[in-house]
Amino acid sequence: MISEQLVDLSRLQFAATALYHFLFVPLTLGMTWILVIMESVYVMTGKTIYKDMTRFWGKLFGINFALGVTTGITMEFQFGTNWAYYSHYVGDIFGAPLAIEGLMAFFLESTFIGLFFFGWDRLSRQQHLLVTTLMAIGTNLSALWILIANGWMQNPVGAEFSYITMRMEMVDFAAVLFNPDAQAKFVHTVSAGYVTGSMFVLAISSWYLLKKRNVEFARRSFSIAAAFGLASILSTIVLGDESGYTVGEAQKTKLAAMEAMWETEHAPAGFNLIAFPNEKEMRNTYALEIPYVMGLIGTRSLDKEIPGIKEIIANNRARVVSGIKAVTALDALRKNDTSPEVKKTFEAHKADLGFGLLLRKYVVSISDVTPEMIDQAARDTIPKVAPMFWSFRIMVGLGFAMLALFVLAAWYSVKGNFAEKPWLLRWALWFLPAPWIAAELGWFVAEYGRQPWTIYGVLPTHLSVSTLSIESLYGSLAGFIGFYTLLLVVEMYLMVRFARQGPGSLGTGRYDNEVAHSPHA
Amino acid sequence: MFDYATLKVIWWLLVGVLLIGFAIMDGHDMGVGTLLPFVGKTDNERRVVINTVGPHWDGNQVWFITGGGAIFAAWPLVYATAFSGFYWAMLAVLWALFFRPVGFDYRSKIDNPVWRKTWDWGLFVGGAIPPLIFGVAFGNLLQGVPFHFDNNLASYYTGSFWALLNPFALLCGLVSTTMITFHGAVYLAHRTEGAIGARSRNASYIFGTLLIVTFSLAGIWLWQSIPGYVIETAVSPNALPNPLGKSVIRETGAWLQNYQRYPLTTLLPLLVYVMAPTAMLLVSRGKTLLGFIASSITIIGVIGTAGVSMFPFIMPSSTDFGSSLTVWDSVSSHLTLGIMLVATLIFMPIIIIYTSWAYKVMAGKVTLAYIRENDHSAY
Repeated sequence: MISEQLVDLSRLQFAATALYHFLFVPLTLGMTWILVIMESVYVMTGKTIYKDMTRFWGKLFGINFALGVTTGITMEFQFGTNWAYYSHYVGDIFGAPLAIEGLMAFFLESTFIGLFFFGWDRLSRQQHLLVTTLMAIGTNLSALWILIANGWMQNPVGAEFSYITMRMEMVDFAAVLFNPDAQAKFVHTVSAGYVTGSMFVLAISSWYLLKKRNVEFARRSFSIAAAFGLASILSTIVLGDESGYTVGEAQKTKLAAMEAMWETEHAPAGFNLIAFPNEKEMRNTYALEIPYVMGLIGTRSLDKEIPGIKEIIANNRARVVSGIKAVTALDALRKNDTSPEVKKTFEAHKADLGFGLLLRKYVVSISDVTPEMIDQAARDTIPKVAPMFWSFRIMVGLGFAMLALFVLAAWYSVKGNFAEKPWLLRWALWFLPAPWIAAELGWFVAEYGRQPWTIYGVLPTHLSVSTLSIESLYGSLAGFIGFYTLLLVVEMYLMVRFARQGPGSLGTGRYDNEVAHSPHA
Repeated sequence: MFDYATLKVIWWLLVGVLLIGFAIMDGHDMGVGTLLPFVGKTDNERRVVINTVGPHWDGNQVWFITGGGAIFAAWPLVYATAFSGFYWAMLAVLWALFFRPVGFDYRSKIDNPVWRKTWDWGLFVGGAIPPLIFGVAFGNLLQGVPFHFDNNLASYYTGSFWALLNPFALLCGLVSTTMITFHGAVYLAHRTEGAIGARSRNASYIFGTLLIVTFSLAGIWLWQSIPGYVIETAVSPNALPNPLGKSVIRETGAWLQNYQRYPLTTLLPLLVYVMAPTAMLLVSRGKTLLGFIASSITIIGVIGTAGVSMFPFIMPSSTDFGSSLTVWDSVSSHLTLGIMLVATLIFMPIIIIYTSWAYKVMAGKVTLAYIRENDHSAY
């Protein structure tokens, strides 16, 4: 039997490396379009300052991108190294978007990023702008395919289980592509990336303005970031709400945990603004509720009920019981007992196979299952409530705070007097980490909230791991922590150094803090 | 649309194409990384070497990513079993690859000799280790790998990391490292001039010769004493994949049977003997671009030889022969293979077109003068 420690360590390693990778992705997503905007202005107006802006912000973008690439390879390896059974069980569906991402998006992005940096003197202005645009398109398509893969983990449409191959198989590719979960996640995630890029440029430009350095350069950068950021944060919030609606459709457990809704309430349900969930007694010790709002977000109606946690557990208990029959029949089929009765039982309970597999956490042989285990398996289907509840609220809170910031930044940009508002500049500077915190929390809500499944309702997390030794896991985890700490120190050092130095680092002779040519040259 | 059996064979060929594409494209970057500390003596010489691949290494690395993704999508069981079984070898490849993106991008951003030399060795590790380990992995595939499946197709690897480093596998590691370094040296000879160009040409002679020697030794060893695997039961190529539904035996000489059965395939090892010397000759005559094409064809010969020897096996099991993974029983569904084929046929030509354009834009020798003029923007 797979030990719980192995599962926990595998999860910890995946979560740590994915969250780390996701420190670099949102900035890349946003910066590529900001570079396209800046360079478009350069091509249209011919003003050199916009070319310098593209090159300087591009330099910072490159420092970030290097780590995005480095840590991205880890993700592709890790499904195979640490989640071998998962890879076998769903590779037929999950592998395809990853491979197509490489073919359609990653090649595009990575080929043109080389020309973006090295092609300035070898391409016409229009050609170079085209290169930058293709790089941005590649980056965003890359996110699309990854989120199609992830969307399928959340809402596994278009696939069926086959007992002969002992895995999920694709039956409808279009359903996988146009999975509403994937589409909602894609637009919400890339918009959040655009916010991150905008916040980055806005904060660093504000710092130059506070220091009264490179004022013209910083003013123009600030205005572009403010406008793009305002559009992006609006889209993130609106499409985040859409995301909430699709979650309500596909994953009732996640929604209930996010909202700390223990009981099913009469429609339309109220929204818990603040709550202190008590897992043991399955109630909130204190809750501040706004009436109606939850029903509107979750169902887009005033009369549909949203099931509470207790009701979901009761329903899932029935599915676990049905799942036992599916697993028993599957075990017989795998032992070549393909009699019609066995096949019939299997077909009748196939939809609950995943729920039956939840019991494999407690027993090797499904005939040893006790009623307590069934109760426990049903309770396992609800992720821990308090971390979900609070992560979601901090993410949303930061989103609205950034909305306020971008509204003011855009307003004073239009009026042209933002440089004389030190309080606004300081706010922008201090808010630099906000989009990263929000993005990481968003990832947490989506992926921790999917537990106890890797593929929602289909494959339990504890069955998905590779059969590795605990020592291997400790070793690799230590290696990742070591490498990633070192890389982060180096990256932050370079980022801070070049951000401090500013456009003078281009060596054009037009800015403050110019660098001398290196003595080796 | 093709029937299932045909698609299975097409995907064996396509995975081969992607691996060869990876070895030709990312391979020359890795060869350049391996040679970096030796052909570049001063800091600016090293910058010349790095900038020959500066604009391209990132795009080329995607051959690797896409190859991995394609194996995941087309051969999920191979991806699952190989990556988890070769756990520490895979992590070593991964961690070696870490040095490349940051090495290329960060090295010249700070003007400090210790910083730069550290990254130079990082780029060496990122260039030399992955081909070495891939060769070692192929050496182990040829001998069979200790793994088995349970009845639910969960894989169990029962060997250790150190057992991977057996003499035959290490020899295969040398074949692959010399191949990649040779290819990188030819590329450098094409893109550099002066002293660096001369050192690159010399490196191409040395590693080209070493490639022929190690390739021959590995071939003789394989022929004399590495037993191959044969499927004993009747194979139904159109059947749903089930790796537990066959019986396999191990017998000496089995890895050479395909060459007897399909004599045309003997052209693959022959390519190595013809094209490696041709590449060296062309380099010595200054026809470096043609030399690069010749060294690329050499790579097709080496990888093709390994692939044809094992066909239809992909990953034989040395402890439970029946669990061996083959082209017939470790593949995705008919539908997925079809979709992936369409995606590949659409995008592969587009990728080749824009990659060629990128090389054309950046064509020409990278010189010391170029580095001096672009002190702040070059790698």
